[in-house]
Amino acid sequence: MELVYGHPKSLKPIQTKYCPGCGHGTIHRLICEVIDELGVQERSIITNPVGCSIWADLYFDFDSVQPPHGRTPAAATGVKRMLPDHLVICYQGDGDLAAIGTAEIIHAANRGEKFTTIFVNNAIYGMTGGQMAPTTLIGQKATTAPYGRDPVEAGMGYPMQVCEILATLGGTRYLARGSVDTPANVRKTKQYIKKAFEAQLRGEGFTMVEILSPCPTNWGMEPCESQDWLKDNMIPFYKLGEVKNTLEGADK
Amino acid sequence: MADEKRLMKGNEAIAEAAIRAGCTAYFGYPITPQNELTAYMAKHMLDHNRVFIQAESEVSAINMVYGAAATGARSMTSSSSPGIALKQEGISYACGADVPCVVVNIARSGPGLGGISPSQGDYFQSTRGGGHGDYYHLVLAPKSVQEAADLTYEAFDLADEWRMPCMVLADGMIGQMMEGVELPDSRDLKTLPQKNWAVGHKAEAKRDINHVTSLNLMPADLEKQNIERYKRYDVMKKTLQRSEEVNIDKAELVIVAYGTSARVALGALEMAKAEGIEIGLFRPITLWPFPEQRLSELAAKGKRFLVVEMSMGQMVEDVRLTVNGRSEVLFYGRCGGVIPTEEEVLAEIKRLLGK
Amino acid sequence: MANKGKPEIDRERCKGCLLCVRACPTKVLAADTVPNSWGYYPSKAVAVEKCIACGNCYIICPDVAITVYKE
Repeated sequence: MELVYGHPKSLKPIQTKYCPGCGHGTIHRLICEVIDELGVQERSIITNPVGCSIWADLYFDFDSVQPPHGRTPAAATGVKRMLPDHLVICYQGDGDLAAIGTAEIIHAANRGEKFTTIFVNNAIYGMTGGQMAPTTLIGQKATTAPYGRDPVEAGMGYPMQVCEILATLGGTRYLARGSVDTPANVRKTKQYIKKAFEAQLRGEGFTMVEILSPCPTNWGMEPCESQDWLKDNMIPFYKLGEVKNTLEGADK
Repeated sequence: MADEKRLMKGNEAIAEAAIRAGCTAYFGYPITPQNELTAYMAKHMLDHNRVFIQAESEVSAINMVYGAAATGARSMTSSSSPGIALKQEGISYACGADVPCVVVNIARSGPGLGGISPSQGDYFQSTRGGGHGDYYHLVLAPKSVQEAADLTYEAFDLADEWRMPCMVLADGMIGQMMEGVELPDSRDLKTLPQKNWAVGHKAEAKRDINHVTSLNLMPADLEKQNIERYKRYDVMKKTLQRSEEVNIDKAELVIVAYGTSARVALGALEMAKAEGIEIGLFRPITLWPFPEQRLSELAAKGKRFLVVEMSMGQMVEDVRLTVNGRSEVLFYGRCGGVIPTEEEVLAEIKRLLGK
Repeated sequence: MANKGKPEIDRERCKGCLLCVRACPTKVLAADTVPNSWGYYPSKAVAVEKCIACGNCYIICPDVAITVYKE
């Protein structure tokens, strides 16, 4: 029998601490598949955030730097500026990127920093047990929005479409939004990641792939149910596709 | 062979010394009274083809330093008191991950927004680990533009050797004034120490993967890490304490002061001598590790101390701890950005000596 | 003529999320009745003869617990 799909080399073959059905595992695998295909494991570096993916440095078989909460794009800036020929991945969740780290991501993107951000959007705070995130949808319940997110009466603000916000900045070149809720969407997301990494290796930037991901535990659902919830609720608001592509290089 | 002497502003001398020490990455944010430092770096780092970024905040700047330093680069940031407060989280992470870097504080008065004039109100912040957790980092306190340049140059070596942030604690006076300075030779970047704990160039370094992180969720393990770090601190305390003494032997009273206060104290010392009063100066140069060995010897000899600070009294606590009741420790301070004059320090000395 | 394939599941890596069961177009997989050492009920190939090596199970699996072969 011939091997068709097997474990990527740059991903460590150990069980992760992520919950059953969590998108992080899928996304980690896609990153490693692309790194293997591009042959850049030895010069890959990940800056992993505070959040569920604080654990990411256990699973990627390459160097890592772990910064304070929200500061991941600043640390990634420091790393990439000193190692411009390395593949630098700025991996973040909704709290790290869109709450505490809003200044850092906007300014890194605006400066056109050449690392690639992987933004895992699960519309909730995972690690800390299900609080409202900047990406939580209107009406969606969270531990700090027990009656549902209410932007009007309770002044809880509106969900943020980060790709669209960053698209207005002069320094951004490639911003795409994928999802890991179906095999078809996972395949498309891999193509976005590959495009972004190839752009980075050509010296183009700022690139980001936002990836909609289920959080079965904090959404209070079974994994299969969480895929349906994502499709019915997140995808209509967080539109999939290439939000911005002004890359000069190949495969535009 | 060092350069010939030139007249430079403190902020700029510090910047030039950093470049000569091999600083290849500077990240800063504007704040009075250190802006000349950032502006000097903006021009000269680019001239040298090195990395300069004006970050979006002091917080971002220290984290850019953390990232750059994690790759093994000699990285630096500078700010003033409120901005240094913002950097404390990043400094704690650098200490917890054993990442070397240089942080320059051109201190101003506080608390809060305070004022822009010189002050020494950041002693606690600098020496007590202003961020969270158990840690210390090196703190060097220059008193002149020359010493600011020398200590900044040395800060990079000390940071690399001991794997921690090294802070240069100056103040707005030192940052703004112009004095003659002889600058050290530029380091050849190829001769800088190799760092096999850093990230990047893994294939060339032929090593396992490196993780730069301060996380450890296993209590027994994290405790061990902290204990090991404190063993390093113990070695540093034994070997790195530094101070300067002037006229101690004959002194009826010894002023303990650092930085600009020490400059004022030296003036008062001269004026006192002219009136036949023998005053000494004990000037800490390393605020951490605090020069307790030498100060303790002086306390054992029964020397009386007058601590002079531009604060409501911060270093005086370390002096009292060191003296440990063996002799008298008095305090004279001005704050709010007020710099004490030599005359008023002399007046206080004479009042204390009943003259 | 469709491929003949075989999914190989690492029982100890699998967390029993069953996303692969849902993703499989030919219903090869189902939850096992025997738990693994973690207490999860892992996925199991109950109808291997129906496998067409499409790879959907591998692609959707968050734990890289599945290896897919074809003849």
